[in-house]
Amino acid sequence: MDISMLEEKARTMRAWIMKGIAEAGSGHPGGSLSLVEIMVWLYYAGLSVGPGEEWNDRRDRVVLTKGHGAPALYTILAMKGFLPMEELLTLRKLGSRLQGHPDMKKLPGVEMSTGSLGHGLSVANGMALGLRLQGIDSKVVAIMGDGELQEGQVWEAAMTAAHFRLNNLTAFVDFNNLQIDGHVDEIMGVAPIDEKFAAFGWEVVNIDGHSFREIAEAFTRVRTDRPRVIVARTVKGKGVDYMENVAGWHGKAPTREQAEAYIESMGGNCRG
Amino acid sequence: MMTKMKPTRDGYGEALLELGKSNPNVLVLDADLAKSTRADWFWKAHPDRFFDMGIAEQDMLATAAGMALGGKIPFASTYGVFVAGRAWDQIRTSICYGNLNVKIGGAHGGISVGPDGGTHQSLEEIALMRVLPNMTLILPCDAEETRKATLAAAEIYGPVYLRFAREATPVFTESDSPFEVGTANVLREGSDATIIAAGPIVYEALVASDLLAEQGLKVRVINMHTIKPLDETAIIGAARETGVLVTAEEHQIYAGLGGAVAECAAKHCPVPIEMVGIMDTFGESGTPDELAEAYGLTHREIVAAVLKAIQRKK
Repeated sequence: MDISMLEEKARTMRAWIMKGIAEAGSGHPGGSLSLVEIMVWLYYAGLSVGPGEEWNDRRDRVVLTKGHGAPALYTILAMKGFLPMEELLTLRKLGSRLQGHPDMKKLPGVEMSTGSLGHGLSVANGMALGLRLQGIDSKVVAIMGDGELQEGQVWEAAMTAAHFRLNNLTAFVDFNNLQIDGHVDEIMGVAPIDEKFAAFGWEVVNIDGHSFREIAEAFTRVRTDRPRVIVARTVKGKGVDYMENVAGWHGKAPTREQAEAYIESMGGNCRG
Repeated sequence: MMTKMKPTRDGYGEALLELGKSNPNVLVLDADLAKSTRADWFWKAHPDRFFDMGIAEQDMLATAAGMALGGKIPFASTYGVFVAGRAWDQIRTSICYGNLNVKIGGAHGGISVGPDGGTHQSLEEIALMRVLPNMTLILPCDAEETRKATLAAAEIYGPVYLRFAREATPVFTESDSPFEVGTANVLREGSDATIIAAGPIVYEALVASDLLAEQGLKVRVINMHTIKPLDETAIIGAARETGVLVTAEEHQIYAGLGGAVAECAAKHCPVPIEMVGIMDTFGESGTPDELAEAYGLTHREIVAAVLKAIQRKK
């Protein structure tokens, strides 16, 4: 694993997330920035996904069940070549393929249209079941937010994945402890996330969601006959100092000046 | 009329059995009501392609969406109240938004569910499903038509909602009767008025038409089995040729078949319209026959509505 390459990709990704959301004038920077290392690792190391593969039955699949993390998904897809980097600047604009929340009908590489929280784990289960029935051993990854765990359907789906022993499925929880109205543990506590999933019959791994080594170790360890959840402790707004751990940046766009200043502080590097 | 009685849900079960043999991509899911929906017939024949999802309708519908993304044709069934209502957001955003190939079996539709009472009497599916882009909505009139509609649902791409009923109702179509999704069937010709009905209540419309014929009135009966896409040509033709329309449905009077017909007529050929249905109220326990009487869903109310509509012509 080339950590320095992954770190470089993460820097590029953060810069374009900031640029895209600033250009859109609205969006969700905090929960996009917290996903960066997970996304970079999945798309550059963990999974077999790439442009031209979108019709290959054997491709791996990512369901961004926390659909408001769309800027992170679009940016990594652009970096992988699914769309031109410059198109990231059309985010949320009329006629754009980059809808406010991911639309699978518009943009190749988006495996599922998401945005209504709580659906995605069920959808990923259905994909995993369908792949198993076809004898295809592709991986299915569902990425949820921690606030999303407040949706009751998540726990229906947690039962389903364990019941059908979906060991081709991995769920990530982007555990940044912030939701729109405040801290998750103050609004509607979801802790202990790990013990809850364990009680539902899942394999659970707790990691630092910004450590490529820990993500890799958790994702690649040998599978049992159970679904796996990786509870990734993350920092909302990670990488942008004034956004880190501030709930106010859940759904507020930086200004163009703020985005430019951020990119400047990173050394001005905004390559694809 | 000599008629055989059979619940429309049996047609769903029979068609799933046929599809189980003919189409390996067909999967069936249910939410702990497989015996009631007749999905258990498929379960027994193809246990490897059946998934009982437990009492978790929202999970069932979104799981079906995931299966459709894997190239499968999932049929997900449970009671109409639990699927159209409780899982509406899943149907909207995880199925219709992406136009995924999921088929939904809404069992125990209407007040005729009977003794289970108002909580279980699904009277809102037309309103809830018709408003969704990409959705096809079918209310078959009898068990034979339900069988055909279920088979047809597997053939068309995209989300389809099938509504069927618990009680045995008259089977008055034949295996060779025409059925095409989106094309209404004229069951009685007539020029004085038109009754447009959907679901098992179509039979009551036929009885009403026969009774009105005894009074010298020629009343057309249209079986509008597909509510979406709506056969506007049939409605406009009926409005122009017969001058008044009466709708009949086992559904809330607002935003149901009556509303759909009225929208079409208002746009293209405004004529007097009377509507027979549930009058903006919830149901209660009772036998299906008692409830049909109590809530005004028999041929008598349809006859009265036709006479009233014809009065309004003048």
